[in-house]
Amino acid sequence: MSLFPENAHSMIDKAPGLDAVASRRAYQVRALRFHYHPLSRGDVNWVLVGLTFEVEAGEILGIVGPNGSGKTSLLKLLAKVLRPHAGAMALFGRDLGTMPQIEVARTVAFVPQESPQVFPFTVMETVLMGRYPHHHGAKWSAGFGWESAEDVLIAEQAMQSTDLTHLAGRSVMDLSGGERQRCMIARALAQAPQVLLLDEPTAFLDLQHQIEICAIVRRLKEERGLTVVLVSHDLNLASQYCDRILMLKAGTLFRLGPPHEVIGVDVLRAVYGCDVLIDRHPESGVPRVTMPSYISTMNVRDRL
Amino acid sequence: MASGSVLTARRWSVVMAPLVVMSVTLSLICLQFGTQWIGLSQIIDILGQVLREETVESEHIGTIGVILIQVRLPRVLLGFLVGACLASVGVVLQALLRNPLADPYVLGVSSGAALSVALAILLGVGTTVVAFSVLPLFGFAGGMLSLVVVYRMAVSYGRLPIHALLLAGVILNAIFSAMIMFVTSIMEPNRSVGTMTWLMGTLTAPSYPAFAVLACYLLGGLFLLLRQARRLNVLTLGEESARSLGIDTEHVKRVVYVLSALITGAVVSVSGMIGFVGMVIPHAVRFLLGADHRLLLPASACIGGMYLVSADTLARTLLTPTEIPVGIVTALAGGPFFIYLLVWRKDRFA
Repeated sequence: MSLFPENAHSMIDKAPGLDAVASRRAYQVRALRFHYHPLSRGDVNWVLVGLTFEVEAGEILGIVGPNGSGKTSLLKLLAKVLRPHAGAMALFGRDLGTMPQIEVARTVAFVPQESPQVFPFTVMETVLMGRYPHHHGAKWSAGFGWESAEDVLIAEQAMQSTDLTHLAGRSVMDLSGGERQRCMIARALAQAPQVLLLDEPTAFLDLQHQIEICAIVRRLKEERGLTVVLVSHDLNLASQYCDRILMLKAGTLFRLGPPHEVIGVDVLRAVYGCDVLIDRHPESGVPRVTMPSYISTMNVRDRL
Repeated sequence: MASGSVLTARRWSVVMAPLVVMSVTLSLICLQFGTQWIGLSQIIDILGQVLREETVESEHIGTIGVILIQVRLPRVLLGFLVGACLASVGVVLQALLRNPLADPYVLGVSSGAALSVALAILLGVGTTVVAFSVLPLFGFAGGMLSLVVVYRMAVSYGRLPIHALLLAGVILNAIFSAMIMFVTSIMEPNRSVGTMTWLMGTLTAPSYPAFAVLACYLLGGLFLLLRQARRLNVLTLGEESARSLGIDTEHVKRVVYVLSALITGAVVSVSGMIGFVGMVIPHAVRFLLGADHRLLLPASACIGGMYLVSADTLARTLLTPTEIPVGIVTALAGGPFFIYLLVWRKDRFA
């Protein structure tokens, strides 16, 4: 088996109400609504309010927006870690709501923002955990069985892709932030997914490691045709590495499109409520966001 | 080499086989000690004779045989089983709470179980074979209750901060200890002395039928825990990661918490409060053999069993003819280890 099996197009089990040209779409999301806890009596604090969008197969989609705009919640909904309260979601044309979690796990890999580990698992052991959704054999033994030689091979390939082979026997607790993030991405790759969901993959990383992670993500898209959805605070990183950007504002979709359509002075003023400078990246020409050299105190006071 | 750290069936057997042999050897060695010294060759002779002739009558095996078969052997077997269970429960609680300091004793699960068993004794549930199968259920109820309370007290926004968890355990332990003392104080004097000794953590030789009931109960529990080993590995990545890997986290948590409370309840009902085994042993085994629960769980069970059998041998020989409750020995050995972890290794899990 290769790392990226022919995808699940043939396993048709069409989601109701979603069109049939689904196979080119990794995700189709319709009128998605979600909240965490009801506040007092009946009042609901909606985190996401009626989102409708699509994720094309093979693209890198960046989800950006201010704090609390629902970015991470949206990513967890795509991973089926959280369940929506209304709306429909389809994964390669199949209804996500009725798909068993284990089948979702064979198609979608999710890397949370932080993955603290308090036990001395080695890198190899951690990456092999990604093979769990692919275990074979009887259901009663699913909680014990051993990894096959094929599992080990796939894990080794995943470690190669993320440049971790030399750290295979090292305890995850002893890794640096960048190495640990790579280890989590390798674990996700061992799932042999078609979709990779990353939550703030470069948070807490220094410049070199940020570039390293972005290069890995870009390479995975190109070499394996992976669809990547990533959440980021860093608008420049999103602009530079994503094919399209989804801008959230208070749980609604504010703008979705290629970086040059989304990253603009007007959009950022409307979403973040502040003025920034935008010019072009010297190499790629994508929009580049810069903070103004002085903060206009008048402006700030007006807003307060 | 990369694949060197992969746990295979072969590596598993290569580690587990010697551990089982060591467990048997150590138990035989510990059988020698006591008020009356019984040599190893004599032990093997008597055991062989009992197995061949299927009799334990004193005219066949002599006084020494009776001491060995009726007193020492059941006690060593019980000690091994209790140690194995405490270490295993420690392993799984640590994995679920993602906290290497978790232990049924520290979290107040043991004292909850003890309170419930003490109440049962106060209400007059005797010490017959029937009691041996009923008291564990009382222990289970108390253990389950304290597990739920500790979890509820410590959890905030789906996270279990270590200090909140330890504090919840301390408070629960204080409340339960007070209630246990109250319950013991209103018992008849002779029963209260027995209860106090039991509470301090004492292994007393059970009758064989009683031991058989207990062993079925505990070994069944351990087997069911072992079946969750691979899922426990994945759960240490965090609940959301585990769910995204296709694990029904709520189901696994329910199964493991209920089994932990059952096992702890049963153990406490026969041996009282034996502390820190569930914390010291998993730590040592993780250090030696790694964190994979498929190996960690059975290896901790073996080493936990050996640890408690040795501690009990110390407890009953150190001050002969008096016995020290084995709970005191394990607390004196485990307490300082806990302090060491909390003070010098806190960067590892804070």
